[in-house]
Amino acid sequence: MRFESMHDELRDGVRAVCEKFDGPYWRGLEPDGYPTDFVDALTAAGYLAALIPEEYGGGGATLTEASVILEEIAASGGNPSACHAQMYIMGTLLRHGSEPQKRDYLPRIASGELRLQAFGVTEPGAGSETTRIRTRAERTADGWRINGQKIWTSRAMHSDLMLLLARTTPYEQCAKPTDGLSTFLFDMRDLPGLTIKPIPTMMNHNTTEVFFDDVVIPPAALVGEEGRGFRYILDGMNAERILIASECIGDGRFVLERAIAYANEREVFGRPIGANQGVQFPLARAYAQLRAADLVRFEAARLYDAGEKCAEEANMAKFLASEASWAAVNAALDTHGGFGFAVEYDIERKFRETRLYQVAPINNNLVLAYLGQHVLGLPKSY
Amino acid sequence: MKVAVCVKQVPDTWAEKRLRAEDSLLDRESADGVMNELDEYAVEQALQIVEAAGGEVVVVSMGPERAAETVRKALSMGADSGIHVVDDALRGSDAIATATALAAALKGRDFDLIVFGSESTDARMSVVPAMVAEILGIAQLTFAQKVLVDGSAVTIERVTDYGFDTVTASTPAVISVVEKINEPRYPSFKGIMAAKKKPVETIGLAELSLDPGVVGSRASWSVVADFSARPAKAAGVVVSDAGDGGVKIADFLAEQKFI
Repeated sequence: MRFESMHDELRDGVRAVCEKFDGPYWRGLEPDGYPTDFVDALTAAGYLAALIPEEYGGGGATLTEASVILEEIAASGGNPSACHAQMYIMGTLLRHGSEPQKRDYLPRIASGELRLQAFGVTEPGAGSETTRIRTRAERTADGWRINGQKIWTSRAMHSDLMLLLARTTPYEQCAKPTDGLSTFLFDMRDLPGLTIKPIPTMMNHNTTEVFFDDVVIPPAALVGEEGRGFRYILDGMNAERILIASECIGDGRFVLERAIAYANEREVFGRPIGANQGVQFPLARAYAQLRAADLVRFEAARLYDAGEKCAEEANMAKFLASEASWAAVNAALDTHGGFGFAVEYDIERKFRETRLYQVAPINNNLVLAYLGQHVLGLPKSY
Repeated sequence: MKVAVCVKQVPDTWAEKRLRAEDSLLDRESADGVMNELDEYAVEQALQIVEAAGGEVVVVSMGPERAAETVRKALSMGADSGIHVVDDALRGSDAIATATALAAALKGRDFDLIVFGSESTDARMSVVPAMVAEILGIAQLTFAQKVLVDGSAVTIERVTDYGFDTVTASTPAVISVVEKINEPRYPSFKGIMAAKKKPVETIGLAELSLDPGVVGSRASWSVVADFSARPAKAAGVVVSDAGDGGVKIADFLAEQKFI
């Protein structure tokens, strides 16, 4: 298999860290263990702080490089979702955080002293229609008082900081639905009134519900200007799409590699099962899909790094890569037959893990709606 | 302290390797090249010495064009600069010819210590460090499981069949290390990025003032006369124990010349 060969040294470096965290390690964490040792090793080698500028103690990486890091974790069989949020949340802090916020948090995030993994946006009554969130932040004499509830806030139990989107002006009082939302960054440890409740899911994703009951955070927690939070969050979404696409490509590489080895080795009726077109063609098709998605992902990352518009490419990359990794893992499951369902083959784990990305962080139907409306000029479809 | 660390690019330990039919040399295209595993320990040791005593680490490698990747890897682990000895005439060099070329590259650069891994995973001879020391006329402290540097005195624990010997020499000296000595660091993200900007001197025989006649296959004392693929694994022998199992196993081992 030939994939994009750029950044070979970076890929080798990430692989060196991942080598010690093999299939048994990841399987051993199921159903809901957090890979603390892995995240610590990744942090110590500087990969998790890659996107933080060098002046704040980070690696000063491009998004392209960051995407290669997450891809290689997935391609090694690991699950980068355990720490990817730190990379995609970072954009909001870097671009819209104040200098004191950056100086306060970034060096400590880079060193691993603080973890920024929790991103509180979605609510039980507001998913894709983000502007309908009801969590309120009200200004008080000593800061902000938060009341409300977030859901699907992953890794909240394993994060020290939270980036939160909350309404500072009620929906009804805003000229536009996207107005009146603000972004806050604060230390979520031991905050009175904040309760985290884990949600068991089909894959190990450490996701939670977070309840805010008169939670008071300091005035300095506000990121940028009050009321402009939706724009700040949107800014980070292209980066998120590109990074998720890269993880899917890594997942696809991992399962295809396993399936190809198995198809060449497993003999039935006196010949390797890979000699059968019914086994071979789905693998070849998935490979073609992955390669195409990979090219769009690198194009999206190139545009992002050049500071150019990339919403079309970032959305397409996420869509294509999540569909391709799903095709790959299904083909791999069929190739392995009954063994694919056995936990020790890691295929069923990847099957569960990579399925998520057709639904999150944005449903693929909404990607199509975006492309239809904003790229092709068709009427709004939702 | 100026420390050189010599590294070798070898075929991936896990890959199936091939020899070329025309000259019995390793077909380097048949497998990915990686840094010889024991050399990672050597790089780590060199870095630790310099981190404690101050100074610089220079990585030195002899090998074809793509051995530059291995030099780069050592730089990404933290070495300061590199020397890559590359020349078509070096192809097929045996241990003596390799030591000759490496010694020429190391000579006159005022290294206090020259660190090697104790063997390479492709040749497994463990002689190059001693040969380089001999050619340069400096002390050799080989098979070290521990290194202590105190000013110009270097003390190592030299691994032996029965334990270890404590051996001391004064700088300049050659050290070779075994895998017990440390835990090599990962190249960090910053290290990988910084390595791209670190200087690497690429030199050939002309720069080393070496006569092509003293290196390469023609100058090598040892040659591969012939080779064949390893025979397929035969089925094992099952010894049933009817009270004489021990004797039967002893007979089997004696027959195979194991005892």
